[in-house]
Amino acid sequence: MTLEEPQGSILTTSVEKMVQWARRSAIWPVTFGLACCAIEMMAMAAGRYDVARFGAEVFRGSPRQSDLMIVAGRLSRKMAPVLRRIYDQMPEPKWVISMGACASCGGVFDNYAIVQGVDQIVPVDVFVPGCPPRPEALIYGIVQLQRKIDKQRMSA
Amino acid sequence: METPVQIPFDAQVLDLVRERVFADAIEPTPAVDMPTAYVAREHLLAVCETLRDHPALQFSFLVEITAADYHPASPRFEIVYHFACLGEAFAQPSGAAVPRRLRLKVRVPDNDLGEQSLPWAHSLTPLWPAANWLEREVFDLFGVAFTGHPDLRRILTPDDWTGHPLRKDYPVQVRKDAASWSPMQLTVEEFAANVRATRAASAAAARSRADEPVPARTDKD
Repeated sequence: MTLEEPQGSILTTSVEKMVQWARRSAIWPVTFGLACCAIEMMAMAAGRYDVARFGAEVFRGSPRQSDLMIVAGRLSRKMAPVLRRIYDQMPEPKWVISMGACASCGGVFDNYAIVQGVDQIVPVDVFVPGCPPRPEALIYGIVQLQRKIDKQRMSA
Repeated sequence: METPVQIPFDAQVLDLVRERVFADAIEPTPAVDMPTAYVAREHLLAVCETLRDHPALQFSFLVEITAADYHPASPRFEIVYHFACLGEAFAQPSGAAVPRRLRLKVRVPDNDLGEQSLPWAHSLTPLWPAANWLEREVFDLFGVAFTGHPDLRRILTPDDWTGHPLRKDYPVQVRKDAASWSPMQLTVEEFAANVRATRAASAAAARSRADEPVPARTDKD
């Protein structure tokens, strides 16, 4: 018995690499705009910056269908349990981007009402600095997250 | 600096209130944007009732309730009320309502504590239902209890908050851990009962649709 000559192009890879390639290529964010950062987030998703080029354009209204939570804006203490509940409702694997100064450290709102950093509430993968960050900065954050996902290994 | 033009208080409003309530109940005070007067706390409801119901006044619209904290002065708090008369279009048929605005202030001392050991003022909810949430906001942020309010709960800060953040002696930063968990507003049993009730209702609706006779065809179809 002889092996047939393969037809067409062939790539070889490991299952693990292919799964991570698939995961990073379609990161669907859950809609979680909290303040002015959300405007830049929408600009990023719209035609001018077009994050669809990176496979992350489908903003989902339901956490059940999302991979990524972009915390866009200042998180008040009253909102914190809500944010955590939405995060808990997202299926694994899931990632979090903390967008802007307020989400990352409280920003200018150093007061009783605002959580001084959303990493107190949810585990953050990428912090995007800025007040608010430009859409390019957020796209860079998403690309950094893609690199991070690419390097993650299921066996680890 | 030029002295801003001061708005005189409406003599008609003043006379009517003094005539119908009490001569000392209302005391005009200088203001630059709209006629303003101090009202004695115990006469607030009577004054407001006159303002709302007198055919010549008809301040039917409670625009805003807020407060100011003059800590450590005494009396410490002032509750500020804005009213508007919306003019002919919204007037009672009997009266002649001039469209105008009015601000009332009530001084609230913090050494005379009422409900919940808080400074108190009378609630305007019997006269304007709109006062409900506005007074809850003042209660939440300034810690003034409104006697006669039907549902005096916090409205902006979390339910388990302590203190009243807009008071002058409240710290800017409290440095405590943010809560990441809050109880569901339904118990598990209530949630399950709701699900069962919804399923039963939709099943009953489906059955009744199935039982309906299919309309007979007519020639017009």
